[in-house]
Amino acid sequence: MSKIQAIIMASNDNTATVVESISPNSDVQLDNAGNRISVHVIEQIPFGHKFAIKTIAKGDSIVKYGESIGIASQNIAIGQHVHVHNMESTRGRGDKT
Amino acid sequence: MFFFGYQRPDGTSGLRNHILIMPSVVCANRVARGISQQVTGTVWIEHQHGCCQLGVDAELTKQILVAHGCHPNVYGVVVVGLGCETNSAQNIADSIRALCPYKPVHLVVIQDQGGSLKATADGASAAMHMVQQASSLERKPIDISELILGTECGGSDACSGISANPALGTASDLLIDAGGSVVLAETTELVGAEHLVASRAVNEAVAKRCFEVINRCEKAAMAMGVDMRGGQPTPGNIQGGLSSIEEKSLGCVYKAGTKPLQDVIEYAAPIKKRGLVWMDTPGHDIEQITGMVAGGCQIVVFTTGRGTCCGSPIVPTLKVATNTAIFEKMKDNMDINAGTIVTGDETVQEVGHRIFNEMILTASGKLTKAEILGFNDFALKRIGPTM
Repeated sequence: MSKIQAIIMASNDNTATVVESISPNSDVQLDNAGNRISVHVIEQIPFGHKFAIKTIAKGDSIVKYGESIGIASQNIAIGQHVHVHNMESTRGRGDKT
Repeated sequence: MFFFGYQRPDGTSGLRNHILIMPSVVCANRVARGISQQVTGTVWIEHQHGCCQLGVDAELTKQILVAHGCHPNVYGVVVVGLGCETNSAQNIADSIRALCPYKPVHLVVIQDQGGSLKATADGASAAMHMVQQASSLERKPIDISELILGTECGGSDACSGISANPALGTASDLLIDAGGSVVLAETTELVGAEHLVASRAVNEAVAKRCFEVINRCEKAAMAMGVDMRGGQPTPGNIQGGLSSIEEKSLGCVYKAGTKPLQDVIEYAAPIKKRGLVWMDTPGHDIEQITGMVAGGCQIVVFTTGRGTCCGSPIVPTLKVATNTAIFEKMKDNMDINAGTIVTGDETVQEVGHRIFNEMILTASGKLTKAEILGFNDFALKRIGPTM
């Protein structure tokens, strides 16, 4: 059985966190609540970074640990890298007052 | 369950038996360092403050320094002042003597001594006698319920919330079950996760305090008129995969384990309750550790993903790596590897027990890497302007 390459922290998450660097156009092995699944990742994902495991629309919450960790600043497809270039925080936004 | 420590006459328990050389003001730093360099077995701190401070800001600086002098890990203290500073070394020495009448305290005032070289000689002579007295004290068995653990994460990455922090949470729970105390701090790194901590508060008043300290912290960030990202989370956190403060906080909160939250206390306030306590500190690693130590933590477990070497001058600071790559790369500074959780070779519970066991060994005298390499990081939090 191939090793786990990414972790889904809670069952309603729309992101997974990779535990090894992932090359573009790879099929990533994931554990989802005890079930092994595979997701096609379309971009380079550095170690510790996230990719989308569901389609995320601009303005939707990014969900990890079962909680919102921010909102998408653009549409995000399954398998795309999710990070500071396409999501933003909703806290400590002194730039928005 | 017990560890071997130093029972102080006032009933507090020390894990170390330091002679601390402590400047009351920035101008006395070099002499404090010089005294420590002359005498093996001493530790020293330096800081940037102690003068031209007003009101509660001046009081907080004094409180932190006095607390370090009174700390149960400290056998004796040499307080060094220049002679004209706001935060007078005399006041600090008198306060330590009043709170801990059994503790050797020596005062050195550079201007009174006639300069830095004479002050260094005087301080070194006093320190030398304290080191010799301290060296004949013996460790005795002390119940682990006397331990106050400070939890910290610094240089976090995405693995922090997967491996080291949950494992530390397991160790926190074990200590609380044994009757000890655990401090959760770095309020900034609970922004986005505060509801999870508040939901475990023992009563409404404590839950309310959770939201108050978070609001205060967030308001201070927003007053700067910028997106907090980059200051918090830091560029290193971001490189490590953390995209927002919410994501960072949701990973940080695991350090606190699962036990009820007993209290929310101010920066450097004495930790009085058994169980889990939240101390309102900044996320700045060194201001945080200084505050927790001032409050009474005798040991700190510090998780890191990007890798940090720091340690308190008087409190053993155990480093837990979140991933095996950094554990191997910075082996000289890492005490425990929690990266085995990421690879699936160990469970959170297994590593948590490993951390707990190492805590007991450390409490009983095993040195941490930060101690062996002489890390003496100390930073005073300021709450007012320098005038």
